[in-house]
Amino acid sequence: MAVTEDRLFGKSIKRREDPRFITGRGNYVDDLKLTGMTYAAFVRSPHAHARIKGIDVGAAKAHPGVVAVFTGKDMTGVNSLPCGWDLRKEKGIPGVVEDLAIVPHMPLTSDVARHVGDPVAVVIADSQSAAQDAAEKVNVTWEPLPSVTATDKAIASGAPKVHDVPTGNTAFKWALGDAAATDAAFKSAAVTVKKRIVNQRLVANAMEPRACVARFDDSTGDLTLWVTSQNPHVHRLLMCAFVLGIPEHKVRVIAPDVGGGFGSKIFLYNEEVVCSWASRQIKRPIRWTSTRREAYLTDAQGRDHVTEAELALSKDGKMLGLRVKTTANLGAYLSTFAPAVPTFLYGTLLNGVYTLGAIHVEVTGVFTNTTAVDAYRGAGRPEACYVLERIVDAGAAALKMDPAELRRKNFIPKFSGAYQTHVAVSYDSGDYAGALDKLLQLFDYKKLRAEQAEARTQGRLLGVGFSTYIEACSIAPSKLVGALGAGAGLYESGKVRVHPTGGVTVYTGSHAHGQGHETTFAQLVADDLGIPIEQVEIVHGDTGLIPFGMGTYGSRSASVGGTAIRMSIDKIKEKGKKIAAHLLEASPKDVEYVNGQFQVKGVPSKAVPFGAVALTAYVPHNFPEGLEPGLEETSFYDPSNFCFPFGAHACVVEVEQETGKVKLLRYVAIDDVGNVINPMIVDGMVHGGVAQGVGQALWEGAVYDGDSGQLVTSTMMDYAMPKADMLPMYETGRTVTPTPVNPLGIKGAGETGTIAATPAVVNAVVDALGGLGVDHIEAMPLTPERVWKIIQAAKAGK
Amino acid sequence: MSKLPVKMTINGQSVSHEVEPRLLLVHYIRETVGLTGTHVGCDTSQCGACTIMMNGQAVKSCTLFTVQATGADIMTIEGLAKDGELHPIQQGFWEKHGLQCGFCTPGMIMAAVQLLERHPKPSEDTIRHQLEGNLCRCTGYHNIVKAIEWAADKMAAAK
Repeated sequence: MAVTEDRLFGKSIKRREDPRFITGRGNYVDDLKLTGMTYAAFVRSPHAHARIKGIDVGAAKAHPGVVAVFTGKDMTGVNSLPCGWDLRKEKGIPGVVEDLAIVPHMPLTSDVARHVGDPVAVVIADSQSAAQDAAEKVNVTWEPLPSVTATDKAIASGAPKVHDVPTGNTAFKWALGDAAATDAAFKSAAVTVKKRIVNQRLVANAMEPRACVARFDDSTGDLTLWVTSQNPHVHRLLMCAFVLGIPEHKVRVIAPDVGGGFGSKIFLYNEEVVCSWASRQIKRPIRWTSTRREAYLTDAQGRDHVTEAELALSKDGKMLGLRVKTTANLGAYLSTFAPAVPTFLYGTLLNGVYTLGAIHVEVTGVFTNTTAVDAYRGAGRPEACYVLERIVDAGAAALKMDPAELRRKNFIPKFSGAYQTHVAVSYDSGDYAGALDKLLQLFDYKKLRAEQAEARTQGRLLGVGFSTYIEACSIAPSKLVGALGAGAGLYESGKVRVHPTGGVTVYTGSHAHGQGHETTFAQLVADDLGIPIEQVEIVHGDTGLIPFGMGTYGSRSASVGGTAIRMSIDKIKEKGKKIAAHLLEASPKDVEYVNGQFQVKGVPSKAVPFGAVALTAYVPHNFPEGLEPGLEETSFYDPSNFCFPFGAHACVVEVEQETGKVKLLRYVAIDDVGNVINPMIVDGMVHGGVAQGVGQALWEGAVYDGDSGQLVTSTMMDYAMPKADMLPMYETGRTVTPTPVNPLGIKGAGETGTIAATPAVVNAVVDALGGLGVDHIEAMPLTPERVWKIIQAAKAGK
Repeated sequence: MSKLPVKMTINGQSVSHEVEPRLLLVHYIRETVGLTGTHVGCDTSQCGACTIMMNGQAVKSCTLFTVQATGADIMTIEGLAKDGELHPIQQGFWEKHGLQCGFCTPGMIMAAVQLLERHPKPSEDTIRHQLEGNLCRCTGYHNIVKAIEWAADKMAAAK
């Protein structure tokens, strides 16, 4: 799509939402105060696994200011939180080897607590402090049970069982690809490499903790839930239809300003269900805001895979086959989309950007006494990219071939239309060598290798690492995801309401929690209609206003949500042409829409401006016969395929021999996300994604004590969040390969950095240590202690 | 729990209440006074989302009891723009896309106020070091650094 000067599409305009945020006038859930408000505090299990022998709430109920105390036994008629993704053979879902064990997840558990933080009771009081004080007076009699946190121990015989299901702690087994062809590829290979690759558990850590306010209006029977959600309609559907059994049309879910999500705010959680239910009991509004420690214990976490990966190569470096066996830790319960993450969002991406000969992947999902694992920025795709990019580097080392060269040798050639992979999905368009070329230009690779050689002579450990990644975004069509086990469709809604005076309100089913939709969608609409951006308002996050939408995750908003808006605008234009033709006494087919006016084709002087058509639509005195008044259109867009952004990232690190400390010296990212509405916003997402990816490589990790099952890293003091002085400035660039899937040519940009950065950094550290004989590092994060030990072991081995 | 009287100035306005001695200053500002621009992002004084200016010093308002602030002169994010004119740091965050979800932003901006008072011409390293006490999960800090550099230039030019 060409960017012309007067178009906003493609321009880095400042964000329209910023003035409220930079002046402290954002509207987050915890900012909300309602008349008669009460406050909830949850009583949680201090044990990783324990039977509840009894709960005495007497002292808590007697505490001054307490309105009510509820346990799971009080919530009669309330069902389990649903898992929205099925993996069972009888449903015809591909790849299922052993059916998913669908286990209950009650909003307040009343028999057994299965992870530290599992809620067992709620105290509701007139003040936050009274609720917290009284929660401490709830006396639970616990019978602690043995617990298990690591997947290898959980599937060993005699392990404590997290749920009472016949398959023990195995939640499911799943496989994809051609096992026989992969075996044959390995037989014919000149070189094979096999590595154990651990992708540690991460915590999303959106800066705003989860929160909800539930208000039941006894006079109308309506419930309003304000909640930190990335997808308010999904929240409403799951809560109403599956858990509480209340009619959807009597429930309004509002997700106002939300302070980051990164996946963790997609899911339906215990607390919002309990507060919604309890508000109906006490007939007063209830607010609950997570403490950060509660967030660590209860927000769905990410990753946590242990993988054996093998790559088969020919002598001259052709990738012949890939064999992957992964064990995925699902935690204690099945979070909303948990089964999809290590299966259809992971196995389907293992083809990467390479013309691999054959692939086979097996995944075992495992229950443990830990917090549930679900989608975290990238969700399955970073895990796939990490496995592939690490094993490709290991292959390059085995062949003594330059890692950039090995990648280039195996790239899928430039294409647009379809490239069928060995793992079910068909790519949309790509120019993978183009991205690497641009990266190497910016990077000055030859010079860097010379610097590295020079540094080695001085005893300095400099390393260069690459990652050439692919991502799958805007997952669709609904029919396909349904066949793969999804309980939901993956379309998006977009409603465009033209007001009589020519202003436009756009209602999108997407939800912004940092993405800047109020700006980017307005750019799109202002361009399409040829009207000033000031005349466009974007509304999101309210089921009471917006047609049913699926929300924001998986980098889908611009490509799916934006297209839905475009479709409605096209309908507006079509109707507008009929109105304008009537006013111009012309035929509708002779009218075109140009620069904000309906005109007779090629005759700009014979025209009606947009505003006049809008007014005529609502004051239809001189109006086409048979045409409905009004100018408002709704569309639901269900894409025909996924979109596949890609790119090439590289970085330079220096490892301090004496301490093992890794310093990230340079980070270069070339991304191809298709067409870009606002480059400033896309760059910002790349920056943030890279920081999270680097965070995983170097510092972050959720650590459970294997004996007690306690989460050791349960505060920001213990979980190492990346800080400003740990990161460099990022160098970003783009190639543009529009997707043929949607009319905007947009692929999606929200997760690329997180996917690409982790392997780039680890590959660079391994490269830095290559001179010491190190060719692989099994586990992350690459803390000074871990790297120092690797250096010592390497030196001792020499 | 018996309550104690507190009196202080917030954004030029005198406020006084009776509060529980254990009430944290951040909760007083948010819940009692109703200024919700100051945020709470953690329980352990790591995140810095609650940073305010107290008697000319940037402090994390979760590290103080309200009673410790009695008599203090406090400025929160709501008091930074003067007469409808954004402070150069606020402008810098807007110009340079120094925020995404906006949750850490008030604390970041207040920390930057102190930073530029101490270091009117900060290097990139100085900015990064001075922001050690403020966490952002969206921006990767790149554009926050740029925003503060932009503000430093703007403030130097205005002198």
